[in-house]
Amino acid sequence: MSDNFALRLYVAGQTPKAVRAFSNLRKICEEHLKGRYSIEVIDLIENPALGRGDQILALPTLVRRLPTPIKKIIGDLSNTERVLVGLDLRPRRPHS
Amino acid sequence: MAKHSFARSEIQKAPTGIPGLDDITNGGFPQGRPTLVSGGPGSGKTLLGISFLVNGAQQFNEPGVLMTFEENAAELAQDVRSLGYDLDKLVEQKKLIVDYIHVDRSEIEETGEYDLEGLFVRLEHAIREIGAKRVMLDTIETLFGGLKDTGILRAELRRLFRWMRDRGITAVVTAERGEQMFTRQGLEEYITDAVIALDHRVHDQISTRRIRVVKYRGSTHGTNEYPFLIDREGITVLPVTSLLLEHGAPNERISSGLPALDGMLGGKGYYRGSTVLLSGTAGTGKTTLAAHFLEAACARGEKCMYFLFEESPSQLIRNMQSAGINLQKWVDNGRLRFHADRPNRHGLETHLLEMHHAVETFGPDVVVLDPITNLMAVGTQSDVRAMLTRVIDFFKTRGITAVFTSLTSSTQTLEATESMISSLMDTWILVAITEQDRKRNRWIYVLKSRGMPHSNDVRAYAITDRGVVISPPSKPESAKRKRS
Repeated sequence: MSDNFALRLYVAGQTPKAVRAFSNLRKICEEHLKGRYSIEVIDLIENPALGRGDQILALPTLVRRLPTPIKKIIGDLSNTERVLVGLDLRPRRPHS
Repeated sequence: MAKHSFARSEIQKAPTGIPGLDDITNGGFPQGRPTLVSGGPGSGKTLLGISFLVNGAQQFNEPGVLMTFEENAAELAQDVRSLGYDLDKLVEQKKLIVDYIHVDRSEIEETGEYDLEGLFVRLEHAIREIGAKRVMLDTIETLFGGLKDTGILRAELRRLFRWMRDRGITAVVTAERGEQMFTRQGLEEYITDAVIALDHRVHDQISTRRIRVVKYRGSTHGTNEYPFLIDREGITVLPVTSLLLEHGAPNERISSGLPALDGMLGGKGYYRGSTVLLSGTAGTGKTTLAAHFLEAACARGEKCMYFLFEESPSQLIRNMQSAGINLQKWVDNGRLRFHADRPNRHGLETHLLEMHHAVETFGPDVVVLDPITNLMAVGTQSDVRAMLTRVIDFFKTRGITAVFTSLTSSTQTLEATESMISSLMDTWILVAITEQDRKRNRWIYVLKSRGMPHSNDVRAYAITDRGVVISPPSKPESAKRKRS
């Protein structure tokens, strides 16, 4: 079950935000999902048409394709706690 | 004329192709700049924007991108198809791209810095794909419900409008009307070139849509509120005709259908292209007088249109038959056409538009509106006056001679009800009934008739089986008595 979490990170070029988001994501995955995740980086500058499928508006956007349902987290993923909540790895606290 | 002298100093315009809107904006929306269209729910702002895109693609060779944040693309296409727009076809022809951006706050977690570059990338991609010149954002304020960080959102919207401007994109940005501002989120702060406000009001259960150009930097524009319609032919802003009083004034005279009445009108009848008001109480024969006029026009080989707001055509034809006027004959040979409608079936604007459509299809030389008073009950006085002004303007620019009948209630002073419309009329003929020696007498006189010497006599007349018969002039003293 190495592919339990199929993640996609949408960016537009190697912006500081994009670079930060990728390294934050790697760190979080290594800590919490080691061995059961895959990350696909999609650069919309190279493939602008791919933005439509996942309804990409803000960048960077992390999309959890699997497990379903699809989840989206936008931003540079600097707040680990919120990323974990967004990935359903932590229960969502009320009034958060 | 005036239009040309302005054209040089004014900014470039992107025509909307919406009848009437290009008149009040003096050519369309500012080219290469965003225009804000604000209005409440159901005010027609989405349809206005889509008309701008569709007309741009079809008529002006300017492909467009529709970015919708509201409905999904399939629903949208279906909604506008009912108005005669086939978005799918335009998409197939590469003249239009519809991109649907859905934002649901509950699905999205926000952490750290982000921007809306995804929107920019998608927009740019779509613009490049078809060489778009026009963009519609509908309704971008929805994003304020989807994203928590309004600081980022505002900065990005500002950047987006500047970005579109740099690319020379003519954009329509729709927004929900706010309580105090034109938009809920104060978008007018970012879009300052042109602001259009739409409004939807209901008066006496009849709805009226209105449009106003609130602001238009670097351009002259009509500042009033103008009624507009959404029907199967899309949006039409009234006036459909010119704002200027520039129609010609023909010198040709045409018969009223009664030689005696022509005699009272300087001997020659009405001016062609003028407006005539026939007013009087019930049973004075206004319709019969109008029918005489139509019969004479048909006999001259002209085309006539009879707008009926009370009777059905068959009832009218039968009644006129008894007065010796055979209208059926002219209906059969195609010179006379009826357009019957209940006044309260729609608002004034719809009536006006239907009259436009009818006149444009048939192309009559003369028209009769009978009775105009029934239409007047549909709106407020000022609305009715505005509508009549437009309809008269329309007839005059086309050189159509128009006869309006007006029913005066017996309790009112004879001339009071028409005071609000009388100034629009070139000729005003009054018919009245008085009782004397157990006999009802009918009287007719010309109250005014612009541009001609007219009779001051009050003449007696009768309605016979040969129609209206006007008696020779009465003695001066009896005439004086009747008029007092």
